[in-house]
Amino acid sequence: MLEIKKLSISVEENKILDGLDLSVGAGEVHAIMGPNGSGKSTIAHTLAGNSNYNVDSGKALFKDKDLFELDPSQRSLEGLFLAFQYPIELPGVSNASYLKQILNIHRKYQGENPIDAGEFLKILKEKSKRLNISMEMHSRFVNTGFSGGEKKKNEVLQMDLLNPSLIIMDETDSGLDVDALRQTSEAVNKLRSKDRSFIIITHYLRLLEYIEPDHVHIFQEGKIVESGDKRLAHKIDKEGYTT
Amino acid sequence: MNKVSKENFKQDSYKHGFITEIENEKIPKGLNEEIVRIISQKKNEPQWMLDWRLKAFNRLEAMKKPDWANIKFDEIDFQDIYYYSSPKGFEDKPKSLDEVDPKLLETYEKLGIPLKEQEVLAGVAVDAVFDSVSVATTFKEKLNEMGVIFCPISEAIQKHPELVKKYLGSVIPITDHFYATLNSAVFSDGSFVYVPKGLKCPMELSTYFRINASETGQFERTLIIADEGSYVSYLEGCTAPMRDENQLHAANVELIALDNAEIRYSTVQNWYPGDENGKGGIYNFVTKRGLCKGKNSKISWTQIETGSAITWKYPSCILRGDNSIGEFYSVAITNNYQQADTGTKMIHLGKNTKSKIISKGISAGNSSNTYRGLVKFNRKAQNAKNITQCDSLLVGNTCSAHTVPLTENNCNSSSIEHEATTSKISDEQLFYCMQRGLDAEQAQSLIVNGFCKEVLQKLPMEFAVEAQKLVSISLEGSVG
Repeated sequence: MLEIKKLSISVEENKILDGLDLSVGAGEVHAIMGPNGSGKSTIAHTLAGNSNYNVDSGKALFKDKDLFELDPSQRSLEGLFLAFQYPIELPGVSNASYLKQILNIHRKYQGENPIDAGEFLKILKEKSKRLNISMEMHSRFVNTGFSGGEKKKNEVLQMDLLNPSLIIMDETDSGLDVDALRQTSEAVNKLRSKDRSFIIITHYLRLLEYIEPDHVHIFQEGKIVESGDKRLAHKIDKEGYTT
Repeated sequence: MNKVSKENFKQDSYKHGFITEIENEKIPKGLNEEIVRIISQKKNEPQWMLDWRLKAFNRLEAMKKPDWANIKFDEIDFQDIYYYSSPKGFEDKPKSLDEVDPKLLETYEKLGIPLKEQEVLAGVAVDAVFDSVSVATTFKEKLNEMGVIFCPISEAIQKHPELVKKYLGSVIPITDHFYATLNSAVFSDGSFVYVPKGLKCPMELSTYFRINASETGQFERTLIIADEGSYVSYLEGCTAPMRDENQLHAANVELIALDNAEIRYSTVQNWYPGDENGKGGIYNFVTKRGLCKGKNSKISWTQIETGSAITWKYPSCILRGDNSIGEFYSVAITNNYQQADTGTKMIHLGKNTKSKIISKGISAGNSSNTYRGLVKFNRKAQNAKNITQCDSLLVGNTCSAHTVPLTENNCNSSSIEHEATTSKISDEQLFYCMQRGLDAEQAQSLIVNGFCKEVLQKLPMEFAVEAQKLVSISLEGSVG
């Protein structure tokens, strides 16, 4: 699914990522843990195509395509989804019409017709219910005045709608209370399949207790310093990163 | 971020730039007393109308052109303009659509205003003005049965002189300022509306203005009177062919709302804006003013200004009646080398009068966009209130936005609230939308439409969708 080779990234001349190698197979769930400032979000934003991050060297193949040849919207249409740590506000744009528009753009790319209003509403109701999102939220403007929990749930809702093949979750657990964490995790678990891969970036074990990873990587100073299975996450939770 | 190169900009993004090949009759170029007389004669006007025009013309010679706006352009040669052009054979105005030249009907069909189908579609009555004449007015008879007069102003001058005499120039005096006085001298056609007492006009009324002939100016005149307790919603649209020359459009619009009456006036202005290098385009110098004459009356202006090389207009409200309300909702978009200096005046004369101003300016390319407003409270305007909100959005680094809000408060018990913001479309917003699959242009259009939402939703439903599309098209080529 994703092959990262010797990837080095800088932001305004500062080297953030230094020769990263990572291979994510279809259906696998990889967790990336690490202290603040270790470059975890850099991976997420670079893969999604944020132009603030410069690719100095290295490669990334996504479904055998050179990821860095594609612009952010092409990467999205090809099935890469980034759940933002800080979802962006779009004042004046109603959430419902925004969701419908992004869904239709993906449908068009797949050669499908635009969804009709009735069917969209039905899907929206069903998926919102699963995340305990009130329908009222959809008449508000995208992420504008949303609570922290609503913003994160709205990210998970979008990933559910767009049917991506690679999902990168950037600290989706931060700012969620226990109930919201459980609801979003359950929604994410429902999306797990043999064709869909996940990269979950988090500080904490608690998210990984709900969404069990196949692989755990410890990230420090721009590099993976240790990899293992889910037991590694438990070890970090007990001992911290510094030991 | 993904850049959309300038080469992607297609001049054909202006979809209304075609020319209708039709024989026309022009009167000689130039501006003089003889021209004023010829125009009046062409319209077969009574003596009082000609006298009125001549009075304006005589004032004009001594008048200075206003020069305070934030716009730059070469001096207009007023002697080098045709002041009247009509399709051939319009001396005897066609009685029905069957008599109208099919080429003209075809033109309106191409513009999305099928005059024949419109009769079937219902809901919207259209007066179609082509250069200096009204080509057709739909639903005229049906409206007439209800007592609503909706016709070309040239016809109103013939058939309803008492109303025209009483109200024409009552809101915009013939001595007002250069462009308004010019219009009073040489105006050709426009629409006339009278809604009788107590009637809520059941149809949207609209006028579609089309400039077709070259080197010709359009000087439309519109007069709308809402009698006591009545309501009317009116919309105007306008387009012109793409030409390298600049063409002048100088219109006057007067609205009068009597006791408890309400007028909603919406404009979708899409005159040819010139090319990406600033060549050509319409010079749009327009005077629009509404008088809330009666108590509890209300006038609401909504404008979507996307076209014209220069936009110079300030739809205003004079709030004379106690408890009357004036509103101004505006979206002004400038791209490439367009210049807009637009806003409103709210003149509070009566007690408990209220006004609300929401202005959204969007500038892209090398354009310049100015909001200019005046809120004035007269000594007797007790408890008058105004709320003003001006937001500017910049796309790129080579455009400019300016806000010039003036206030004049002569009354202690009145209040003004003013808010102004200037923002740029953030890279984060664009990236977020693109991460969801929108391309750069779609992302920008989504964000800009969100920015304008408060104003767009004030448009009659039939036109809101069209306006949204227009907002997106106007900014094509400006991402990156």
